[in-house]
Amino acid sequence: MVQNVIPQQQADEGAAVVIRDVVHTYGSRTALDGVGFTVASGEIFGLLGPNGGGKTTLFRLMATLLPIQSGTVQLLGFDAARDPSTVRSQIGVTFQSPSVDGKLTVQENLRHQAHLYGLWGAAATLRISELLDQLGLAERARQRVDELSGGLKRRVEIAKSLLHAPQLLLLDEPSTGLDPGARHDLWNYLNRLRDERQVTILVTTHLMDEAEHCDRLGILDRGKLVALGTPDSLRCSVGGDCLTVRSAAPEALAARITEKFGLVPRLIAQDLRIEHSAGHELLRDLVAAFPDEISAVSLSKPTLEDVFIAQTGHHFWDVAKEER
Amino acid sequence: MSDQVMGQNRPAMPGLWLPVYTLAHRELTRFFRQRTRIVGALGQPIIFWVLFGAGLQGSFRGPAEMSYQEYFFPGVAAMILMFTAIYSTISIIEDRREGFLQGVLVAPVPRISLVLGKVIGGTILAVLQAMVFLLVGPALSWVGLAPELHTGLTWHNAVATVGFLTLVGFSLTSLGYLIAWPMDSTHGFHAIMSIFLMPMWLLSGSFFPPGESGWLSWVIRLNPLTYGVAGLRRIMSSNPAAVESLPDWWICLTVTILAATCYVSIAVWMTGRRSAHNAR
Repeated sequence: MVQNVIPQQQADEGAAVVIRDVVHTYGSRTALDGVGFTVASGEIFGLLGPNGGGKTTLFRLMATLLPIQSGTVQLLGFDAARDPSTVRSQIGVTFQSPSVDGKLTVQENLRHQAHLYGLWGAAATLRISELLDQLGLAERARQRVDELSGGLKRRVEIAKSLLHAPQLLLLDEPSTGLDPGARHDLWNYLNRLRDERQVTILVTTHLMDEAEHCDRLGILDRGKLVALGTPDSLRCSVGGDCLTVRSAAPEALAARITEKFGLVPRLIAQDLRIEHSAGHELLRDLVAAFPDEISAVSLSKPTLEDVFIAQTGHHFWDVAKEER
Repeated sequence: MSDQVMGQNRPAMPGLWLPVYTLAHRELTRFFRQRTRIVGALGQPIIFWVLFGAGLQGSFRGPAEMSYQEYFFPGVAAMILMFTAIYSTISIIEDRREGFLQGVLVAPVPRISLVLGKVIGGTILAVLQAMVFLLVGPALSWVGLAPELHTGLTWHNAVATVGFLTLVGFSLTSLGYLIAWPMDSTHGFHAIMSIFLMPMWLLSGSFFPPGESGWLSWVIRLNPLTYGVAGLRRIMSSNPAAVESLPDWWICLTVTILAATCYVSIAVWMTGRRSAHNAR
């Protein structure tokens, strides 16, 4: 696994993706507010965040669909603002909503895509059959895409984005609509691409378990990058264990916990949350101290959601609700 | 950073015509897999022609004593071009909704290729259907659905007719493209069709001859499609008296080419913008 201890300047030089001070607004609404990070070549990088957090806007900026209003977006050394055409020829893009034509067969879809990238004739035929084999689609080549399952459609989508052998693959919510088996296959394939062909992969996701597959993660919330690191290092940053305490009067209980233990619990939704290095001991002491006030308590190792809560002070899902 | 640092070369760009070919080819494939579109685009104008022809036959006084069905014949060809143009450009809205379009927009394809691919695909379909009508129309008189008529179409003017139909078809499909591009739903397109495209066809000299004076004659004179229909009449007519009041052939050709150039230029400009709408 690639570790996150690369100094900034060094990272910029060998980086497949450089995002610097990116600001993007839709009218008066700020979708991205000074976002910056780099993705090293050969890395699987995840942009994790709730819906409405800004990751789709950032994805569209990288895919050259939106104009760069402010800041720098560089992919494989090419500037997305100045040289969008070269960027397009270098990257593969897989969208959340399928860009395959359901009325056409798998093979026809791939043939058209090859033409759009300047591949034709025997070279295109060879490359299409290679990808059909690699993705286990050879037997489906003559089937219309509308007749395929969600998992197979996503495979066609990925085959499309790999036809021109890009060194950087951007995937927007790749697991959406896939059953667990298809998700597993997808991530196996992405890992193989990275290991065997050194393809750099950037995925956006709002799913915690999908984020676990990434070498490194950037967490986006309300247009800002609130955390950056490997899943392990992010979890360690939370510190020790997480205690979640449920009570009928959480605010009063929080005050009493502070008074007795010198800790400041955070009120998240209706629960109190405490991060502590020796959670099991604290749990025992809390229950002994406030047997009547506490209705339930749970102890867990920090998850990526805990990282999100620690950084933002609210639940992952609250943002999505606000955005609606 | 140089290309060598990334260990790769700049890949070949697709050029202008390969994407045009592939996008036009896709339009044709999709069309022939959706049979209902054929019925809609060809069936309705034929029904119009038969019914209006029968209904207005007695009251029509056209140039050079021609029957209404003869007068209406090139007008229906223009109608077929327009309907097919509309149907093929509605697919832009569907492509956007279904996601296909975003896949094309992130490909290194010149934006003019995207426009030309869609428009040429639509034009081929429009001209094919108009030609089917030009051949089938006279045959309807044999089964009694139309009176005997002289369409003026002969082996001598067939190539010029197809050529001019192609130019008018290209112009109408480009117009459809630039109307469809900013739209998010097909409902909006149907509204534009009723209040703009249908009147544009009705006031082009297709349905009735332009009068000598009044506001209507000015509207007809300012309508670019008028020159498309007049050009078609001039090519197909074997009777000079029937077309003597129409605009000169060179004016018809120039206006139609200018209109097409104008529509395509606006379409390319719209497609090339990186905007929130185009990113959807």
